Amino acid sequence: MKELKLMKGNEAIAEAAIRAGADAYFGYPITPQSEILEYLMAEKPHERTGMVVLQAESEIAAINMVYGGAACGRKVITSSSSPGISLKQEGLSYIAGSELPCVVVNVVRGGPGLGTIQPAQSDYFQAVKGGGHGDYRLIVLAPQSVQEMADFVDLGFELAFKYRNPLMILTDGALGQMMEKVWLQEQKPRMKTFPEWATTGKTPDRERNIITSLDLDSAEQEKFNMKIQEKYRKMEAEEVRFETTDTEDAEYLLVAYGTSARICQKSVRLARDKGIKAGLLRPVTLFPFPKKILSELAGKVRGILTVEMSTGQMVEDVRLAVEGKVQVEHYGRMGGIIPSPEDIVDALGKNFLK
Amino acid sequence: MVENTGISDIVKDENLVYQKTKVLTDKVMHYCPGCGHGTAHRLIAEVIEEMDIQAGTIGVTPVGCAVLMYNYLDIDMQEAAHGRAPAVATAIKRLMPDKYVFTYQGDGDLAAIGTAETIHACNRGENIAVFFINNGIYGMTGGQMAPTTLSGMKSSTSPYGRDVQMMGNPLKMTELVAQLPGTWYVTRQAVHTPASVRKAKKAIRQAFENQKLKKGLSLVEIVSNCNSGWKMSPVEANKWMVENMFPFYPPGDIKLEGKMVGKE
Ligand SMILES: Cc1ncc(C[n+]2csc(CCOP(=O)(O)OP(=O)(O)O)c2C)c(N)n1
Ligand code: SF4
Ligand SMILES: [Mg+2]
Repeated sequence: MKELKLMKGNEAIAEAAIRAGADAYFGYPITPQSEILEYLMAEKPHERTGMVVLQAESEIAAINMVYGGAACGRKVITSSSSPGISLKQEGLSYIAGSELPCVVVNVVRGGPGLGTIQPAQSDYFQAVKGGGHGDYRLIVLAPQSVQEMADFVDLGFELAFKYRNPLMILTDGALGQMMEKVWLQEQKPRMKTFPEWATTGKTPDRERNIITSLDLDSAEQEKFNMKIQEKYRKMEAEEVRFETTDTEDAEYLLVAYGTSARICQKSVRLARDKGIKAGLLRPVTLFPFPKKILSELAGKVRGILTVEMSTGQMVEDVRLAVEGKVQVEHYGRMGGIIPSPEDIVDALGKNFLK
Repeated sequence: MVENTGISDIVKDENLVYQKTKVLTDKVMHYCPGCGHGTAHRLIAEVIEEMDIQAGTIGVTPVGCAVLMYNYLDIDMQEAAHGRAPAVATAIKRLMPDKYVFTYQGDGDLAAIGTAETIHACNRGENIAVFFINNGIYGMTGGQMAPTTLSGMKSSTSPYGRDVQMMGNPLKMTELVAQLPGTWYVTRQAVHTPASVRKAKKAIRQAFENQKLKKGLSLVEIVSNCNSGWKMSPVEANKWMVENMFPFYPPGDIKLEGKMVGKE
């Protein structure tokens, strides 16, 4: 049965994982996402659905547990925050290189280094450009509400399995900690049959299954790289998700994802009250990036302002998509500071309405 | 005129004295002649055949000379990142508790980069088998110093011999994990003589059988040679191993049925 609850974003992710029929969660505590592991432990998912939940000795161990479980064809999820996500990068590269599906949640905090425990969006590059070594991509979903935190877990598994690719939910400490109403989906049963490539034990009716990212033959390794690149091109053709607000007649376009997009919705209203025709494009998938709509909108507006809780990372992808058609500027706050809707309108004015 | 005879004309049931287990593929192994890895692979494969658990076994290969073990064993296998095999195996076993799960790891993999994963899998008492090939060196990358390299032993990164003041002491990982409550069976074996091969096989079998009990982790160390890394002939390497490795890494059982041997 669907259920309406008041929950923190982190709790919604945890509950959504159980309801999505996840087989396992492996994680290691780090603020601001520890509620995910805490909620799961309190819920006893082993009794509810048989789901395995294990606190690993490190993020490195956790992501390699994800590898092991995913290679058995299971739905496996892990979560962490920025420093912990950095530790997971080697594992993520192996997961991508072995074409395994999994969901990884990054509840971003400010960096670099130990940084701060406050929200930030400074892990964009790491999330959308691969993150670890080698030519690979994660599918990246950016929720802007507690509802989407929950919904993107199930969607995440669906896309990860469809493409045999790791998927990241890129969110931040604000969305993780904030409480909102959330509709939770009905309990999905856990899978009973597993993909044919999974290491479930070699039976006489099939060849053995090997999960590896190693190929010492250069020609084969190049072929493999081309194969996964084709997969990414397919994602770019078929999986782009975005939302627009008041873009029909917009003269100035804000581009923002996640928490920043949520704030920008208010900024659009404030700007319009002042007579500035502002609109908003919110990428929902950060990889694949909504290049086409950006290119279209670039032909119609007088200026684009990206708003990110970072020194400006997504702005580079916006500029690439826009190809110089229009001026693109960036406004951002760092270190855990969340910009106010008014700050953003001011920034719009300073950049374009001097 | 001599007639053409095929292998099937010679190999008949009545004159067959030895046969490669079917769990080993026909792929020619890439190991240096005389290396212990090949023998250790064969023993694991034979045990899987004898226990009739080919469909019930998932193996995890390391990063090291044995990285391609999946080419040689006809079972489902996963290739783990360097040192992370115990974490990978943990998930496999937790998700499929009725399967037999093992890792196969070198000393660099298990006792250096993967120290945390090894200790914590042991300490959680994961119901898996860990086969630990200790050749005192990084074979795959060309003979660099390993955590297990003996004091005074030469390697490409300790060319004048391991100076423990400067480079630290050799690590007895097997004795260390035997102290942990999660380990059920800890033993040290070798595969350099027919007698030691028979004993090592028994230990490997025990490590698989133990998984039925669900009482904890079984670790079988196999002290092995690396004639390429040690820059010796296979015969010299085995002799050197007995004279130098065995005094520091003595073969024998360390923990049986959850109890330290010789300590009641
Ligand atoms: C993260 C990472 N660091 C380093 C390496 C390089 N590397 C490959 S194998 C190896 C050492 C293997 O030695 P050991 O585990 O003793 O296995 P052996 O080859 O001796 O059997 C190293 C350092 C790697 N592949 N990955
Ligand atoms: S380098 Fe050493 S460990 Fe590797 S195959 Fe050769 S002898 Fe064996
Ligand atoms: Mg070694």
